[in-house]
Amino acid sequence: MRLAGARTLFDKEVLRFWKVSVQTVAAPVLTAVLYLLIFGHVLEDHVQVFPGVGYTSFLIPGLVMMSVLQNAYANSSSSLIQSKVTGNLVFLLVTPLSHWAWFAAYVGASVVRGLAVGAGVLAVTVWFAPPHLEEPGWIIVFALLGAGMLGTLGLIAGLWAEKFDQTAAFQNFIIMPMTFLSGVFYSVHSLPPFWQAVSHLNPFFYMIDGFRRGFFGASDVSPWLSLAVVGGSFLAVSALALRLLARGYKLRT
Amino acid sequence: MPVAVVFDQVAKSYAGGRDAVRALDGVSFNIEQGEFFGLLGPNGAGKTTLISVLAGLTRASSGRVTVMGHDVVRDYAAARKSIGVVPQELVFDPFFSVRECLELQSGYFGIRHNGAWIDELLAGLGLADKGRVNMRQLSGGMKRRVLVAQALVHKPPVIVLDEPTAGVDVELRQTLWGFIANLNKQGHTVLLTTHYLEEAEALCGRIAMLKQGRVVALDRTANLLAGTASTMLRFKTDGALPPAVAAQARVTGRRVQIAAHDAAEVETLLGELRHAGVKVEDLEIGRADLEDVFLEIMQRETVA
Repeated sequence: MRLAGARTLFDKEVLRFWKVSVQTVAAPVLTAVLYLLIFGHVLEDHVQVFPGVGYTSFLIPGLVMMSVLQNAYANSSSSLIQSKVTGNLVFLLVTPLSHWAWFAAYVGASVVRGLAVGAGVLAVTVWFAPPHLEEPGWIIVFALLGAGMLGTLGLIAGLWAEKFDQTAAFQNFIIMPMTFLSGVFYSVHSLPPFWQAVSHLNPFFYMIDGFRRGFFGASDVSPWLSLAVVGGSFLAVSALALRLLARGYKLRT
Repeated sequence: MPVAVVFDQVAKSYAGGRDAVRALDGVSFNIEQGEFFGLLGPNGAGKTTLISVLAGLTRASSGRVTVMGHDVVRDYAAARKSIGVVPQELVFDPFFSVRECLELQSGYFGIRHNGAWIDELLAGLGLADKGRVNMRQLSGGMKRRVLVAQALVHKPPVIVLDEPTAGVDVELRQTLWGFIANLNKQGHTVLLTTHYLEEAEALCGRIAMLKQGRVVALDRTANLLAGTASTMLRFKTDGALPPAVAAQARVTGRRVQIAAHDAAEVETLLGELRHAGVKVEDLEIGRADLEDVFLEIMQRETVA
């Protein structure tokens, strides 16, 4: 029964973004392509990060992962805050769904949206530079873990927020800076030592670096270290989200 | 008769330092299976808080609530499967059609392939031609019907209606009460809160009245009606009532209602009006209704 309930909530969360897919999938793909066009055009002849890899090719995995992360976050956070503000969350609160079911459904649907947008960005960028797929296992592992982690952060933000601008602030002041400062557009080896050290404290750096490893077979740090950091971070935020859901934090007064 | 709902010393306080609000203050009563039970009280009396505790939307500060024997906190899944709540607010999910909403709601309760019952709900609530319509395109009355259908998708033995007829037209009221009365006849327990006391009088076999978070009356509807001033003097006037009469009168525009226990009291009241020169029109002497009982109890009960 509980699996059927969780499955229904997952289906509903996927349908919710799919019904407005121009806004939730196509628009972020276009944004990523614009980044690629502009930065790729301007920097292609000036920057080479890995030997034999053009800047446009280097940029693509970072942009894909950035799209995965931002859209996974946007899915759970916007769904929850919309339901809270409009009051229709009551339809879920009166059901027997457990906190595990809520978690699995909201995070699962966020992963689906993140991967859908990421796949869209990858598909479009094939025209700009043929993709390298040196170690595809890492691509899948880090895409899933990254989307899961950001979907969970979106869930926490959606639970905590009482207004739309609070989830937007969480995105603009925490998620965006951590993503941009994680090496989407550059290798952290190109930074001064101090900022290299700071970057290594940012879990988003390990998501992007591990993901990029799958494309080029080269990375700033070992993919196993990235897996440990990202996996550990995911478990930590999941434990927090499950605890908040079980307590009914800001859901049941 | 087996018990459907138990409220046992239920208290709820909202923190706020010195301004802490005690919304429920030791509420205890039972609702038996198959009853049509009314929960009445003025705004802020604690009706919606009590229903929210029952539905698991709010957690009681102390006390215990069970639905069909299931504790609403410890055994929440079984308790929530036993209850269907029609919320007071007109809320809806703008992403989905009527049928999609009902199918999703069934799924949350673990019910797949609920089409036959959904068809029955749509037909019974006058929504048969609205299944494919998006929720955003429905009128307020139609949205209210969908709220009722959503509360019933899992065929709960206990149905809770929190002011379901607030601001809805006569046709919907009749459809709704016909449908709910039929479910009650089939054995479903109904808990209703409403400000329309004539509805409560007509539908509810037993009534609890709340004031400031406490139960101030709990009895069969017939006993409540019998236990008050049995006669009401009703008339219309444009004149100013003498102070002694005004103190006990209920005035709605030109319409005045005053409780009287016997014929002598009626005579005395009419004498005072005549003496004050008040012109009385459309005079009636009739039986007290639930509204009279309600007002008498609310005025009588002073909660410390």
